[in-house]
Amino acid sequence: MTKNAARGRLLSPAGRVGDLVYRTWMLWPALVLLAIFFIGPILMALYYSFTNLALSGSAAGNLRFTGLANYSRMIKDSDMVSSIRATLLFLIGSVVGQTVLGFFMALLMKGKSTAFRRITGSCVLTGWVMPEVVAAICMYAFFYSKDSGTVNRILAVFGAQPVAWLYKHALLSVTIANIWHGAAYSMMVFQAALDNVSADTEESAMLDGANRIQTLIHIYIPQVRSTIFSNTMLITLKTIGVFDLIFTMTGGGPGGKTQTLPVYMYLQAFKSFQLGYGSAISVVLLALGIMLSVLYTRVYKE
Amino acid sequence: MSRKKSRTTAYIIMSAMAVIFVLPLLWVIFASFNPDAGVGLKLPSTWVMENYQAVLSESKNMRSFGVGLVLSIGVAALEVVACALASYPLSRYELKYKKTFMYTILFMSCLPMTALMIPAYRLFVTLHLMDNLFGVVLFMAATQLPYNMWMMKNFMDQVSIELEEAAWVDGANKFKSLLNIVMPLMIPGLCTIAIHSFASSWGNFFTPFILLTSTSKYPAAVRLFQFFGTHGVNYGHLAAYSVMYSIPSIVLYSLAQGFMSKGFIMQGANKG
Repeated sequence: MTKNAARGRLLSPAGRVGDLVYRTWMLWPALVLLAIFFIGPILMALYYSFTNLALSGSAAGNLRFTGLANYSRMIKDSDMVSSIRATLLFLIGSVVGQTVLGFFMALLMKGKSTAFRRITGSCVLTGWVMPEVVAAICMYAFFYSKDSGTVNRILAVFGAQPVAWLYKHALLSVTIANIWHGAAYSMMVFQAALDNVSADTEESAMLDGANRIQTLIHIYIPQVRSTIFSNTMLITLKTIGVFDLIFTMTGGGPGGKTQTLPVYMYLQAFKSFQLGYGSAISVVLLALGIMLSVLYTRVYKE
Repeated sequence: MSRKKSRTTAYIIMSAMAVIFVLPLLWVIFASFNPDAGVGLKLPSTWVMENYQAVLSESKNMRSFGVGLVLSIGVAALEVVACALASYPLSRYELKYKKTFMYTILFMSCLPMTALMIPAYRLFVTLHLMDNLFGVVLFMAATQLPYNMWMMKNFMDQVSIELEEAAWVDGANKFKSLLNIVMPLMIPGLCTIAIHSFASSWGNFFTPFILLTSTSKYPAAVRLFQFFGTHGVNYGHLAAYSVMYSIPSIVLYSLAQGFMSKGFIMQGANKG
């Protein structure tokens, strides 16, 4: 509770409904927008996931309530299973990659000169600032499978054979792309957190003869533990919704290998015209998001 | 390992990291100045502005930038107004269930918006808003509202209430005191929210891709995607378009860096 709100004379106990509406009129534009365009779609996703809604074809004309048909279909759908698998691999790779890399870079930059921090920081940030479609195009060229692709050029310098990244290691490629695009965020969060670790604590640890790894484990990590947790949750929530990057880079291919839940949802709804089934996938995605958000909000409260 | 040595090592490793992060950008920069660019990484034999000129002279491209600008400014304006209004009662009044409400808002700001696109499509068909730019503005604004409301309320909590009390004694109403007293003190917060929502809308591909159908209404994000998907695409033009489309995001970010870090701190300071 804020100090401001606690001041007695501004407040009157909540009165009748009319009074409440009058007192809170400023809230209403936001609430109406949220109700129609935020809560509305969530409820519609739930509703349509129990129907045979189709974009076109014979089913488009007659909307029927099909109960749990979409969900039982999902359990048997081998594409759904591989989509969940791709989502999890993409998620774990991205979250671990971004957190570890972000933390590591923040640690390396701690206590360095401002100019150095600014220059190296900007290099890392460019990938983050760019719109996702541009990041995807850059990464597409980066992993381009012929010998002239950037990575393959670098490999050639070391005498290695070119690799068909976007065919043989498509999921790995999009995961690295996402780490590249997102690592700067974790870096900034950890920079802010590590700057709060007092110099005295480090000094005394150093004087006690602690080596770098000991300082890391006993001084830094415990002090930024809550940051690590909240950052991990936020990136996880961000990553399960990633669509633009994967869709632009691979379109879900090759052979559905990079078909994460958002991509699979889109393809089912708009390429296979199964809006009902697509809605059911939305609901699964949303449920995943809700579980993680509840956990995050709970911990944030404490 | 001595301290000095480990410091030098840190400098070297971090510099290497910075170089690695720049590598994926090389292609887009080289290709945009290359008169015969491909997907492969290649230094241009001659550096020319041809690609940029070609992109700029195509009216469809300029149109897509214009549409993107209109959408993003629309969302940013709506966001600032709706959030500023909503934050006032949330910050200043004692309301029943306020805490629950705020946590619901925080919770909503975490949800993956991607999951809303299919039902949003359906909703737009029902409301006859398909292919309507104003509808897209409303939808994008709504999906960003929870996060911005949360931020704005925390910004407003930082503004002392004393000045307002004086104004109330002088007979100003709540709306006037919000407009004349609180808002001027919150300029950094308002800018943070405006910039954040502009940049998110500018970069948003999925929403306009689903909710708009006529090519003439496509903003830059969708146009770039289509461009990329075209067979026999001119990679030089594609790269130049990509660079130009990224510039607003980069400029806004550099402008906002000061505000942003303040935002981070404020967000943390207001925990609970």
